[in-house]
Amino acid sequence: MNWEVIQQSIPSFVKGFQLTLWLSFVGIVGSLVVGVLVSLVRYFKIPIISKILGAYVEVGRNTPLLIQLFFLYYGFPVLGMKLSAEASGIIGLIFLGGAYMAEGFAGGFNGINKSQIDAGLALGMNQWELARYVVLPQGLALSVPALSANVIFLIKETSIFSVIAIPELTNTALDLIGMYYRSNEYLLVLVIAYAIILIPLILFLDWLERRVRYGSFGN
Amino acid sequence: MAEEILKVDHLNKYYGDWQALHDINFSLNKGEVVTLLGPSGSGKSTLIRTLNGLEPFRSGEIYFHGKKVEPSPKEWQELRQKIGMVFQSYDLFPNLTVLENILLAPTKVQKRPREEVKKEALELLERVHLTEQANAYPRELSGGQKQRIAIVRALAMHPELMLFDEVTASLDPEMVRGVLEIIKELADRDHMTMIIVTHEMNFAAKIADKVLFLENGRILEETAGKEFFDHPQTKRAAEFLSSMEF
Repeated sequence: MNWEVIQQSIPSFVKGFQLTLWLSFVGIVGSLVVGVLVSLVRYFKIPIISKILGAYVEVGRNTPLLIQLFFLYYGFPVLGMKLSAEASGIIGLIFLGGAYMAEGFAGGFNGINKSQIDAGLALGMNQWELARYVVLPQGLALSVPALSANVIFLIKETSIFSVIAIPELTNTALDLIGMYYRSNEYLLVLVIAYAIILIPLILFLDWLERRVRYGSFGN
Repeated sequence: MAEEILKVDHLNKYYGDWQALHDINFSLNKGEVVTLLGPSGSGKSTLIRTLNGLEPFRSGEIYFHGKKVEPSPKEWQELRQKIGMVFQSYDLFPNLTVLENILLAPTKVQKRPREEVKKEALELLERVHLTEQANAYPRELSGGQKQRIAIVRALAMHPELMLFDEVTASLDPEMVRGVLEIIKELADRDHMTMIIVTHEMNFAAKIADKVLFLENGRILEETAGKEFFDHPQTKRAAEFLSSMEF
Protein backbone atom coordinates (compact mmCIF):
# COMPACT_ATOMS: atom_id res chain seq x y z
CA MET A 1 0.00 0.00 0.00
CA ASN A 2 1.58 3.25 -1.12
CA TRP A 3 0.22 6.29 0.69
CA GLU A 4 1.82 8.71 -1.74
CA VAL A 5 -0.15 7.18 -4.60
CA ILE A 6 -3.29 7.66 -2.56
CA GLN A 7 -2.43 11.23 -1.71
CA GLN A 8 -1.79 12.16 -5.31
CA SER A 9 -5.08 10.66 -6.41
CA ILE A 10 -7.17 12.63 -3.93
CA PRO A 11 -7.88 15.67 -6.16
CA SER A 12 -9.19 13.40 -8.93
CA PHE A 13 -11.32 11.47 -6.46
CA VAL A 14 -12.73 14.70 -5.01
CA LYS A 15 -13.94 15.64 -8.48
CA GLY A 16 -15.43 12.20 -9.00
CA PHE A 17 -16.97 12.36 -5.53
CA GLN A 18 -18.65 15.67 -6.29
CA LEU A 19 -19.97 14.39 -9.58
CA THR A 20 -21.33 11.20 -8.00
CA LEU A 21 -23.04 13.28 -5.33
CA TRP A 22 -24.51 15.66 -7.86
CA LEU A 23 -25.74 12.94 -10.25
CA SER A 24 -27.20 10.98 -7.35
CA PHE A 25 -28.95 14.04 -6.00
CA VAL A 26 -30.52 14.99 -9.32
CA GLY A 27 -31.38 11.36 -10.02
CA ILE A 28 -33.01 10.81 -6.64
CA VAL A 29 -35.01 14.05 -6.68
CA GLY A 30 -36.12 13.32 -10.24
CA SER A 31 -37.02 9.73 -9.34
CA LEU A 32 -39.06 10.85 -6.34
CA VAL A 33 -41.01 13.34 -8.44
CA VAL A 34 -41.65 10.80 -11.20
CA GLY A 35 -42.41 8.10 -8.64
CA VAL A 36 -44.97 10.08 -6.65
CA LEU A 37 -46.80 11.26 -9.78
CA VAL A 38 -46.86 7.80 -11.33
CA SER A 39 -48.03 6.16 -8.13
CA LEU A 40 -50.83 8.72 -7.58
CA VAL A 41 -52.12 8.26 -11.12
CA ARG A 42 -52.05 4.50 -10.61
CA TYR A 43 -53.56 4.70 -7.12
CA PHE A 44 -56.55 6.64 -8.36
CA LYS A 45 -56.71 4.45 -11.49
CA ILE A 46 -56.90 7.44 -13.83
CA PRO A 47 -58.08 5.86 -17.10
CA ILE A 48 -55.56 5.08 -19.87
CA ILE A 49 -52.59 6.98 -18.36
CA SER A 50 -52.69 4.59 -15.44
CA LYS A 51 -52.21 1.61 -17.79
CA ILE A 52 -49.42 3.31 -19.73
CA LEU A 53 -47.58 4.15 -16.52
CA GLY A 54 -48.08 0.60 -15.32
CA ALA A 55 -46.21 -0.57 -18.40
CA TYR A 56 -43.49 2.01 -17.73
CA VAL A 57 -43.01 0.72 -14.17
CA GLU A 58 -42.60 -2.83 -15.44
CA VAL A 59 -40.12 -1.86 -18.14
CA GLY A 60 -38.23 0.47 -15.79
CA ARG A 61 -37.85 -2.14 -13.09
CA ASN A 62 -37.22 -5.13 -15.27
CA THR A 63 -34.43 -3.85 -17.50
CA PRO A 64 -30.89 -3.27 -16.23
CA LEU A 65 -29.67 0.32 -15.94
CA LEU A 66 -26.70 -0.66 -18.09
CA ILE A 67 -28.99 -1.52 -21.00
CA GLN A 68 -31.08 1.64 -20.46
CA LEU A 69 -27.89 3.71 -20.60
CA PHE A 70 -26.64 2.01 -23.76
CA PHE A 71 -30.01 2.65 -25.32
CA LEU A 72 -29.96 6.35 -24.43
CA TYR A 73 -26.30 7.00 -25.14
CA TYR A 74 -25.72 4.85 -28.23
CA GLY A 75 -29.27 4.23 -29.43
CA PHE A 76 -30.72 7.73 -29.38
CA PRO A 77 -28.12 9.22 -31.77
CA VAL A 78 -29.24 6.61 -34.33
CA LEU A 79 -32.71 8.12 -34.03
CA GLY A 80 -31.16 11.54 -34.60
CA MET A 81 -31.09 12.69 -30.96
CA LYS A 82 -27.66 13.10 -29.46
CA LEU A 83 -27.51 13.20 -25.68
CA SER A 84 -24.43 14.05 -23.66
CA ALA A 85 -23.10 11.31 -21.40
CA GLU A 86 -24.32 13.11 -18.31
CA ALA A 87 -27.78 13.77 -19.74
CA SER A 88 -28.03 10.09 -20.70
CA GLY A 89 -26.91 9.10 -17.22
CA ILE A 90 -29.42 11.31 -15.43
CA ILE A 91 -32.31 10.40 -17.70
CA GLY A 92 -31.47 6.73 -17.35
CA LEU A 93 -31.21 6.95 -13.59
CA ILE A 94 -34.53 8.78 -13.32
CA PHE A 95 -36.18 6.30 -15.69
CA LEU A 96 -35.02 3.43 -13.52
CA GLY A 97 -35.43 5.22 -10.20
CA GLY A 98 -38.87 6.61 -11.07
CA ALA A 99 -40.16 3.07 -11.61
CA TYR A 100 -38.67 1.85 -8.33
CA MET A 101 -39.90 4.88 -6.40
CA ALA A 102 -43.39 4.48 -7.91
CA GLU A 103 -43.53 0.98 -6.47
CA GLY A 104 -42.19 2.28 -3.16
CA PHE A 105 -44.88 4.94 -2.92
CA ALA A 106 -47.53 2.47 -4.07
CA GLY A 107 -46.60 0.15 -1.22
CA GLY A 108 -47.19 2.99 1.24
CA PHE A 109 -50.42 4.17 -0.36
CA ASN A 110 -51.83 0.65 -0.40
CA GLY A 111 -51.01 0.35 3.28
CA ILE A 112 -53.52 3.07 4.15
CA ASN A 113 -56.73 1.67 5.58
CA LYS A 114 -59.51 1.70 3.04
CA SER A 115 -61.76 3.18 5.71
CA GLN A 116 -59.54 6.27 5.88
CA ILE A 117 -60.29 6.84 2.20
CA ASP A 118 -64.01 6.37 2.90
CA ALA A 119 -63.77 8.94 5.69
CA GLY A 120 -62.14 11.43 3.31
CA LEU A 121 -64.75 10.76 0.64
CA ALA A 122 -67.57 11.07 3.18
CA LEU A 123 -66.25 14.52 4.03
CA GLY A 124 -66.80 15.56 0.42
CA MET A 125 -63.18 15.51 -0.70
CA ASN A 126 -62.43 15.26 -4.40
CA GLN A 127 -59.59 13.13 -5.67
CA TRP A 128 -57.02 15.89 -5.41
CA GLU A 129 -58.05 16.77 -1.84
CA LEU A 130 -58.02 13.11 -0.92
CA ALA A 131 -54.47 12.78 -2.30
CA ARG A 132 -53.31 15.98 -0.62
CA TYR A 133 -54.83 15.48 2.84
CA VAL A 134 -55.22 11.73 3.31
CA VAL A 135 -53.23 9.59 0.88
CA LEU A 136 -49.98 11.56 0.78
CA PRO A 137 -49.49 12.39 4.47
CA GLN A 138 -50.23 8.84 5.59
CA GLY A 139 -48.84 7.04 2.56
CA LEU A 140 -45.53 8.90 2.59
CA ALA A 141 -44.89 7.89 6.17
CA LEU A 142 -45.54 4.27 5.24
CA SER A 143 -43.36 4.56 2.11
CA VAL A 144 -40.23 5.85 3.82
CA PRO A 145 -38.56 2.44 4.38
CA ALA A 146 -38.98 1.44 0.72
CA LEU A 147 -37.94 4.88 -0.52
CA SER A 148 -34.83 4.83 1.68
CA ALA A 149 -33.77 1.51 0.22
CA ASN A 150 -34.26 2.96 -3.27
CA VAL A 151 -32.18 6.04 -2.45
CA ILE A 152 -29.25 3.85 -1.39
CA PHE A 153 -29.74 1.64 -4.44
CA LEU A 154 -29.74 4.59 -6.85
CA ILE A 155 -26.55 6.04 -5.41
CA LYS A 156 -24.82 2.72 -5.90
CA GLU A 157 -26.23 2.42 -9.41
CA THR A 158 -24.39 5.62 -10.43
CA SER A 159 -21.24 3.49 -10.57
CA ILE A 160 -22.60 2.06 -13.82
CA PHE A 161 -22.19 5.54 -15.35
CA SER A 162 -18.53 4.62 -15.77
CA VAL A 163 -19.45 2.63 -18.89
CA ILE A 164 -20.59 5.75 -20.73
CA ALA A 165 -17.52 7.71 -19.70
CA ILE A 166 -19.01 9.94 -17.02
CA PRO A 167 -16.07 10.76 -14.73
CA GLU A 168 -17.82 9.86 -11.47
CA LEU A 169 -16.15 7.94 -8.63
CA THR A 170 -15.98 4.47 -10.14
CA ASN A 171 -14.86 5.79 -13.51
CA THR A 172 -12.19 7.89 -11.79
CA ALA A 173 -10.85 4.80 -10.02
CA LEU A 174 -10.93 2.66 -13.16
CA ASP A 175 -9.11 5.39 -15.11
CA LEU A 176 -6.42 5.75 -12.49
CA ILE A 177 -5.95 1.99 -12.31
CA GLY A 178 -5.66 1.88 -16.08
CA MET A 179 -3.03 4.58 -16.09
CA TYR A 180 -0.91 3.65 -13.07
CA TYR A 181 -1.68 -0.03 -12.34
CA ARG A 182 -2.20 0.58 -8.60
CA SER A 183 -5.50 -1.17 -8.10
CA ASN A 184 -5.21 -1.76 -4.32
CA GLU A 185 -4.76 1.90 -3.48
CA TYR A 186 -7.38 3.25 -5.86
CA LEU A 187 -9.99 0.63 -4.99
CA LEU A 188 -9.47 1.38 -1.30
CA VAL A 189 -10.08 5.07 -1.89
CA LEU A 190 -13.09 4.20 -4.00
CA VAL A 191 -14.65 2.09 -1.26
CA ILE A 192 -13.98 4.76 1.34
CA ALA A 193 -15.50 7.43 -0.89
CA TYR A 194 -18.75 5.47 -1.27
CA ALA A 195 -18.79 4.77 2.45
CA ILE A 196 -18.44 8.49 3.19
CA ILE A 197 -21.58 9.10 1.21
CA LEU A 198 -23.60 6.07 2.21
CA ILE A 199 -22.97 5.47 5.90
CA PRO A 200 -24.12 8.88 7.16
CA LEU A 201 -27.02 8.73 4.71
CA ILE A 202 -28.15 5.34 6.01
CA LEU A 203 -28.01 6.63 9.58
CA PHE A 204 -30.00 9.69 8.59
CA LEU A 205 -32.62 7.61 6.75
CA ASP A 206 -33.04 5.27 9.74
CA TRP A 207 -33.63 8.25 11.96
CA LEU A 208 -36.07 9.75 9.46
CA GLU A 209 -37.99 6.48 9.25
CA ARG A 210 -38.57 6.38 12.98
CA ARG A 211 -39.43 10.04 13.21
CA VAL A 212 -41.89 10.12 10.34
CA ARG A 213 -43.61 7.00 11.59
CA TYR A 214 -44.06 8.44 15.04
CA GLY A 215 -45.24 11.77 13.67
CA SER A 216 -47.97 10.07 11.67
CA PHE A 217 -49.04 7.09 13.67
CA GLY A 218 -47.45 7.36 17.10
CA ASN A 219 -45.66 4.04 17.11
CA MET B 1 -96.43 19.07 4.47
CA ALA B 2 -93.11 17.62 5.49
CA GLU B 3 -90.19 18.27 3.22
CA GLU B 4 -88.74 15.13 1.64
CA ILE B 5 -84.96 14.96 1.87
CA LEU B 6 -84.19 11.54 0.52
CA LYS B 7 -86.04 9.07 -1.62
CA VAL B 8 -84.80 5.68 -2.74
CA ASP B 9 -86.62 4.14 -5.65
CA HIS B 10 -86.29 0.49 -6.79
CA LEU B 11 -82.62 0.35 -5.88
CA ASN B 12 -80.70 -2.83 -6.73
CA LYS B 13 -77.11 -3.48 -5.92
CA TYR B 14 -74.84 -6.36 -6.90
CA TYR B 15 -71.41 -7.58 -5.93
CA GLY B 16 -70.53 -9.36 -9.15
CA ASP B 17 -73.34 -11.83 -9.73
CA TRP B 18 -74.55 -11.72 -6.17
CA GLN B 19 -77.38 -9.33 -5.44
CA ALA B 20 -76.72 -7.47 -2.20
CA LEU B 21 -79.78 -5.19 -2.22
CA HIS B 22 -83.16 -6.09 -3.72
CA ASP B 23 -85.60 -3.43 -4.85
CA ILE B 24 -85.11 -0.99 -1.99
CA ASN B 25 -87.77 1.71 -1.66
CA PHE B 26 -88.18 4.24 1.09
CA SER B 27 -88.21 7.95 1.71
CA LEU B 28 -87.10 10.20 4.49
CA ASN B 29 -88.52 13.56 5.52
CA LYS B 30 -86.68 16.44 7.08
CA GLY B 31 -86.17 15.87 10.79
CA GLU B 32 -87.04 12.21 10.58
CA VAL B 33 -84.92 9.48 12.15
CA VAL B 34 -84.86 6.11 10.45
CA THR B 35 -83.08 3.11 11.89
CA LEU B 36 -82.02 0.18 9.76
CA LEU B 37 -82.33 -3.02 11.74
CA GLY B 38 -81.76 -6.61 10.83
CA PRO B 39 -79.39 -9.52 11.33
CA SER B 40 -75.75 -9.40 10.30
CA GLY B 41 -75.30 -9.59 6.57
CA SER B 42 -78.79 -8.28 5.89
CA GLY B 43 -77.45 -5.37 3.84
CA LYS B 44 -77.87 -2.52 6.36
CA SER B 45 -74.32 -1.25 6.04
CA THR B 46 -74.31 -1.77 2.29
CA LEU B 47 -77.50 0.25 2.01
CA ILE B 48 -76.31 3.14 4.16
CA ARG B 49 -73.00 3.27 2.26
CA THR B 50 -74.88 3.32 -1.03
CA LEU B 51 -76.78 6.40 0.13
CA ASN B 52 -73.70 8.59 -0.06
CA GLY B 53 -72.09 6.94 -3.01
CA LEU B 54 -69.44 4.91 -1.21
CA GLU B 55 -70.95 1.84 -2.88
CA PRO B 56 -72.17 1.97 -6.48
CA PHE B 57 -75.55 0.48 -7.35
CA ARG B 58 -76.73 -1.16 -10.53
CA SER B 59 -80.23 0.09 -11.03
CA GLY B 60 -82.88 2.28 -9.46
CA GLU B 61 -82.74 5.90 -8.36
CA ILE B 62 -81.79 7.99 -5.38
CA TYR B 63 -83.37 11.43 -5.05
CA PHE B 64 -81.94 14.10 -2.79
CA HIS B 65 -84.36 16.99 -2.18
CA GLY B 66 -86.44 15.65 -5.05
CA LYS B 67 -83.57 15.86 -7.49
CA LYS B 68 -82.33 12.66 -9.05
CA VAL B 69 -78.73 11.85 -8.16
CA GLU B 70 -76.62 11.23 -11.25
CA PRO B 71 -74.17 8.60 -10.04
CA SER B 72 -70.99 10.40 -11.15
CA PRO B 73 -67.99 10.94 -8.86
CA LYS B 74 -68.38 14.70 -9.16
CA GLU B 75 -72.05 14.73 -8.18
CA TRP B 76 -71.48 12.39 -5.25
CA GLN B 77 -68.55 14.47 -4.10
CA GLU B 78 -70.73 17.58 -3.94
CA LEU B 79 -73.62 15.74 -2.30
CA ARG B 80 -71.40 14.27 0.38
CA GLN B 81 -70.75 17.77 1.64
CA LYS B 82 -74.42 17.79 2.68
CA ILE B 83 -74.51 14.21 3.94
CA GLY B 84 -72.45 13.53 7.05
CA MET B 85 -71.32 10.00 7.77
CA VAL B 86 -69.86 8.36 10.85
CA PHE B 87 -68.29 4.91 10.69
CA GLN B 88 -67.84 2.02 13.06
CA SER B 89 -64.05 2.44 13.01
CA TYR B 90 -64.16 6.24 13.70
CA ASP B 91 -61.52 6.90 11.06
CA LEU B 92 -60.14 10.10 12.41
CA PHE B 93 -57.00 11.04 10.50
CA PRO B 94 -54.15 9.79 12.71
CA ASN B 95 -51.66 12.42 11.56
CA LEU B 96 -53.89 15.35 12.58
CA THR B 97 -54.97 16.67 15.96
CA VAL B 98 -58.60 16.58 17.00
CA LEU B 99 -59.13 20.20 16.00
CA GLU B 100 -57.32 19.77 12.68
CA ASN B 101 -59.47 16.71 11.98
CA ILE B 102 -62.58 18.83 12.48
CA LEU B 103 -61.34 21.88 10.57
CA LEU B 104 -59.91 20.03 7.57
CA ALA B 105 -62.98 19.51 5.41
CA PRO B 106 -64.92 22.71 6.26
CA THR B 107 -61.87 24.88 5.51
CA LYS B 108 -60.28 22.94 2.63
CA VAL B 109 -63.29 21.39 0.94
CA GLN B 110 -66.00 23.93 1.71
CA LYS B 111 -63.48 26.80 1.82
CA ARG B 112 -65.14 28.45 4.79
CA PRO B 113 -63.08 30.93 6.84
CA ARG B 114 -60.90 29.13 9.36
CA GLU B 115 -61.74 31.40 12.30
CA GLU B 116 -65.47 30.95 11.87
CA VAL B 117 -65.17 27.17 11.60
CA LYS B 118 -62.81 27.04 14.55
CA LYS B 119 -65.23 28.92 16.77
CA GLU B 120 -67.96 26.52 15.77
CA ALA B 121 -65.71 23.49 16.23
CA LEU B 122 -64.90 24.56 19.77
CA GLU B 123 -68.59 24.94 20.55
CA LEU B 124 -69.26 21.47 19.19
CA LEU B 125 -66.37 20.07 21.21
CA GLU B 126 -67.85 21.63 24.30
CA ARG B 127 -71.15 20.02 23.51
CA VAL B 128 -69.54 16.58 23.47
CA HIS B 129 -67.42 17.40 26.54
CA LEU B 130 -64.09 17.15 24.75
CA THR B 131 -62.84 20.72 24.78
CA GLU B 132 -59.67 19.71 26.58
CA GLN B 133 -58.81 17.19 23.87
CA ALA B 134 -58.82 19.78 21.07
CA ASN B 135 -55.08 19.56 20.56
CA ALA B 136 -54.68 15.86 21.29
CA TYR B 137 -53.96 13.29 18.61
CA PRO B 138 -56.49 10.50 17.97
CA ARG B 139 -54.07 7.92 19.40
CA GLU B 140 -54.38 9.64 22.79
CA LEU B 141 -58.16 9.21 22.91
CA SER B 142 -60.42 6.36 23.96
CA GLY B 143 -62.75 4.77 21.43
CA GLY B 144 -65.75 6.65 22.79
CA GLN B 145 -63.91 9.95 22.59
CA LYS B 146 -62.80 9.22 19.04
CA GLN B 147 -66.34 8.46 18.00
CA ARG B 148 -67.65 11.67 19.56
CA ILE B 149 -64.97 13.57 17.64
CA ALA B 150 -65.94 11.78 14.44
CA ILE B 151 -69.52 12.96 14.98
CA VAL B 152 -68.33 16.52 15.54
CA ARG B 153 -66.16 16.30 12.42
CA ALA B 154 -69.22 15.36 10.37
CA LEU B 155 -71.42 18.02 12.02
CA ALA B 156 -68.91 20.78 11.30
CA MET B 157 -69.80 20.38 7.61
CA HIS B 158 -73.39 21.51 8.36
CA PRO B 159 -74.94 18.34 6.97
CA GLU B 160 -78.62 18.11 6.13
CA LEU B 161 -78.58 14.38 6.65
CA MET B 162 -76.45 12.25 8.94
CA LEU B 163 -75.65 8.59 8.36
CA PHE B 164 -74.49 6.48 11.31
CA ASP B 165 -73.08 3.08 10.40
CA GLU B 166 -72.90 0.91 13.55
CA VAL B 167 -71.11 3.68 15.35
CA THR B 168 -71.08 1.96 18.75
CA ALA B 169 -70.29 -1.54 17.50
CA SER B 170 -66.61 -1.44 18.38
CA LEU B 171 -66.89 0.51 21.62
CA ASP B 172 -66.48 -0.76 25.16
CA PRO B 173 -69.92 -1.01 26.77
CA GLU B 174 -69.36 1.94 29.09
CA MET B 175 -68.45 4.16 26.14
CA VAL B 176 -71.60 3.38 24.20
CA ARG B 177 -73.93 5.54 26.23
CA GLY B 178 -71.99 8.77 25.74
CA VAL B 179 -72.09 8.36 21.98
CA LEU B 180 -75.76 7.41 21.87
CA GLU B 181 -76.71 10.37 24.04
CA ILE B 182 -75.12 12.72 21.54
CA ILE B 183 -77.08 11.17 18.71
CA LYS B 184 -80.29 11.34 20.75
CA GLU B 185 -79.61 14.99 21.46
CA LEU B 186 -79.12 15.63 17.74
CA ALA B 187 -82.57 14.22 17.17
CA ASP B 188 -84.32 15.98 20.05
CA ARG B 189 -82.59 19.34 20.04
CA ASP B 190 -81.41 19.85 16.48
CA HIS B 191 -84.11 17.80 14.72
CA MET B 192 -81.36 16.37 12.57
CA THR B 193 -82.46 14.04 9.80
CA MET B 194 -80.70 10.76 10.37
CA ILE B 195 -80.33 7.22 9.14
CA ILE B 196 -78.92 4.91 11.78
CA VAL B 197 -77.65 1.36 11.49
CA THR B 198 -77.45 -0.08 14.98
CA HIS B 199 -77.67 -3.18 17.09
CA GLU B 200 -78.64 -1.21 20.21
CA MET B 201 -82.34 -2.05 20.36
CA ASN B 202 -83.23 0.11 23.36
CA PHE B 203 -81.63 3.07 21.68
CA ALA B 204 -83.36 2.34 18.37
CA ALA B 205 -86.70 2.07 20.15
CA LYS B 206 -86.21 5.49 21.75
CA ILE B 207 -84.94 7.37 18.73
CA ALA B 208 -86.57 5.85 15.64
CA ASP B 209 -89.49 7.56 13.93
CA LYS B 210 -89.40 4.72 11.47
CA VAL B 211 -87.73 1.34 11.32
CA LEU B 212 -86.66 -0.43 8.16
CA PHE B 213 -86.19 -4.10 8.91
CA LEU B 214 -83.86 -5.79 6.45
CA GLU B 215 -83.01 -9.35 5.73
CA ASN B 216 -81.03 -10.81 2.82
CA GLY B 217 -80.84 -7.42 1.15
CA ARG B 218 -84.60 -6.83 1.19
CA ILE B 219 -86.69 -4.49 3.28
CA LEU B 220 -89.05 -6.93 4.98
CA GLU B 221 -91.00 -4.26 6.75
CA GLU B 222 -91.20 -0.53 7.19
CA THR B 223 -92.95 0.37 10.41
CA ALA B 224 -93.27 3.40 12.64
CA GLY B 225 -90.65 3.32 15.39
CA LYS B 226 -92.67 2.54 18.49
CA GLU B 227 -94.99 0.22 16.69
CA PHE B 228 -92.14 -1.88 15.32
CA PHE B 229 -90.96 -2.72 18.78
CA ASP B 230 -94.46 -3.29 20.21
CA HIS B 231 -96.12 -5.00 17.25
CA PRO B 232 -93.74 -5.96 14.46
CA GLN B 233 -95.67 -6.79 11.29
CA THR B 234 -93.62 -9.75 10.17
CA LYS B 235 -92.88 -12.96 12.00
CA ARG B 236 -89.22 -12.63 11.05
CA ALA B 237 -88.96 -9.21 12.73
CA ALA B 238 -90.66 -10.55 15.84
CA GLU B 239 -88.11 -13.39 15.99
CA PHE B 240 -85.30 -10.93 15.47
CA LEU B 241 -86.52 -8.73 18.30
CA SER B 242 -86.95 -11.61 20.71
CA SER B 243 -83.48 -12.90 19.82
CA MET B 244 -82.04 -9.55 20.86
CA GLU B 245 -83.63 -9.77 24.30
CA PHE B 246 -81.88 -11.50 27.09
